[in-house]
Amino acid sequence: MDFFTLIQILDATVRLAIPLLLACLAGLFSERAGIFDIGLEGKMLAAAFFSAAIASMTGSVWIGLLAGIAASLFLSGVHGLASITFRGNQLISGVAINFLAAGMTVLIAQSWFSQGGRTPSLSGAERFNPINFPGALTTTNEVKAASPLMQVYSELLSGHSLLVYFALLTVPMTWWLLYRTRFGLRLRAVGENPAAVDTAGVSVVGLRYAAVAICGILCGIAGAYLSTALQAGFVKDMSAGRGFIALAALIFAKWRPWHALYATFLFGLFQALELRPDVIEAVIGMKIQGQFLGALPYIMTVVILAGFVGKAIPPRAGGEPYVKER
Amino acid sequence: MDVMPKWAEVVLVPLISLLLAAILSGLVILAIGEDPIAALKLMIDGALGSTYGWGYTLYYATNFMFTGLAVSVAFHARLFNIGGEGQAMLGGLGVALACLFIPWPHWSLGLLGAIVLAGAFGAIWAAVPAYLQAKRGSHIVITTIMFNFIAAAVLNYMLVNVLRPQGAMDPATARFPEAVHLPTLHDILAPIGISFSKAAPANVSLLVAIIACVLVWLLIWRTKLGYEIRAYGHSESAAKYAGISPVKITMIAMTISGALAGMMAINNVMGEAERLVLNATEGAGFIGIAVALMGRSHPLGVFIAAILFGFLYQGGAELALWTSIPRELIVVIQALVILFTGALDNMVRMPLERIFLALRKGGN
Repeated sequence: MDFFTLIQILDATVRLAIPLLLACLAGLFSERAGIFDIGLEGKMLAAAFFSAAIASMTGSVWIGLLAGIAASLFLSGVHGLASITFRGNQLISGVAINFLAAGMTVLIAQSWFSQGGRTPSLSGAERFNPINFPGALTTTNEVKAASPLMQVYSELLSGHSLLVYFALLTVPMTWWLLYRTRFGLRLRAVGENPAAVDTAGVSVVGLRYAAVAICGILCGIAGAYLSTALQAGFVKDMSAGRGFIALAALIFAKWRPWHALYATFLFGLFQALELRPDVIEAVIGMKIQGQFLGALPYIMTVVILAGFVGKAIPPRAGGEPYVKER
Repeated sequence: MDVMPKWAEVVLVPLISLLLAAILSGLVILAIGEDPIAALKLMIDGALGSTYGWGYTLYYATNFMFTGLAVSVAFHARLFNIGGEGQAMLGGLGVALACLFIPWPHWSLGLLGAIVLAGAFGAIWAAVPAYLQAKRGSHIVITTIMFNFIAAAVLNYMLVNVLRPQGAMDPATARFPEAVHLPTLHDILAPIGISFSKAAPANVSLLVAIIACVLVWLLIWRTKLGYEIRAYGHSESAAKYAGISPVKITMIAMTISGALAGMMAINNVMGEAERLVLNATEGAGFIGIAVALMGRSHPLGVFIAAILFGFLYQGGAELALWTSIPRELIVVIQALVILFTGALDNMVRMPLERIFLALRKGGN
């Protein structure tokens, strides 16, 4: 394997890790506030559809992005209503949201576009297009011939869409918000001991709704990235289990922002390698089943959860509805 | 204190939830520019208007009885088994191995063998998450989700690399031998003079599913083990105090649950496809969640809910065939049922409780 192939794989890793990262941070906010969310997948899918659909109708990817975020926020609202206001089962609510998104996106897509559950393909201003850094080479042949440093600059650092750079920024932002602000302290506390937060006179319900809303916004951006940046348009079930891989990454990261970055990039690398079986064979000299690489994030999560390699302890009040004492 | 009378708890709450889900589904159909009443008519005609329609309705219902019972048994121990899909996939693998590699002299023996292997494979696939929950404290919902994906990868590998006959292109096993073809409802009903559609896939597995419903009822409400499972589900600490081992109950409840989900494969793999294909389960494992919630985890409720979902499935297929409403409508209805009977249960319950409280005060 030459240096350029390595850069290409790392480049694909970044592209594939971004939706995982955004969804993972979304789940982090929700679960740190004590609301389990297995509906990340559905929220992403709904956002992917509405972003692509509205972008295609209006011709503006920005309006599409807003529509995607709105769709995701709506589902977050349903989740909040079920799990915070009506104190229902958060896991069941998440399952319902996943199905709701899987069904509704195809139903609406068919009704609006009649193209078998997809949106028209997007181009130009309907997409988040790659941003090329000044001086970066753009064609594959040019990059291949350039020096290693130039290859890294042109292929790996430059040429991603705006959302990629934004997603990378959300990691320090999340860290700062959670660990350096009063809101973050309270949000973490409400996931560990809501009664204490309530005693201090802070609204548990309000904090949890805020966390669920942030989760919705991030999932919305993740979904918009899928259909308007990673691909050009929505296709049925395009989230393809990414919401669950993000959930796995969240456990792997033990609910911490920087570790979420590492975990999602690791899982992104697996996805990138799954697309390049030739490279794996060339490097380790034997064939690895694509299915095995695809299942690796899940297997690793089970191993981590089982506590054989470090222990993942979720927020203590996670999944428990809070009932105020009378 | 019971605020509501039993009949309200058992009938009224699910009925209102269901009604809400139905109204919303109707609105969805309206919103995509179709007529909900005409759609419902077409569904009833297609699913219940002929023995052919009934044959498909009952075929789907058989799948959902198995997965619905699976989720119910786990629910009684307050465990959420979301892994029915993966367990049913592994069950399919068990059925395929039983049918392909053992020369059964008669279908009845083949069916028994397939039940045992399908159940065992499903049980093992549920036992690992159960063990991890009981002994290592990993959350069963997360592990069973992960096991669904791992099951899909295992099945993909087995079908593409191991079980695919040489020269075949599609990832599927060879056809099962003639000896293990299960009799369909047509074959069963013809000797007693009832003509039933020959083309419909409903088969003898339906009877197995009904027997499973009865057995689960006996287990949960008529045995000591069932009592322990329910006690553990109601209060873990009280159950522990009464000498019931959490590890034992978690393991047993999940093993039974996984075995039931795995047994679904005798219907879809052995009874219908007669070979194992990729994605043979078609989401039936997840529908089990909706069925169990709607049936209030009671075998009779599961039986009724499974037939209702069988009707929705077959009716939805007819809709997709004759109108421009895609099949995904069923997924939406399924989501709404899960949402209203499961997650938003309190939204229906709280106002009702208030009404009954007011009535009771008025009566005194």
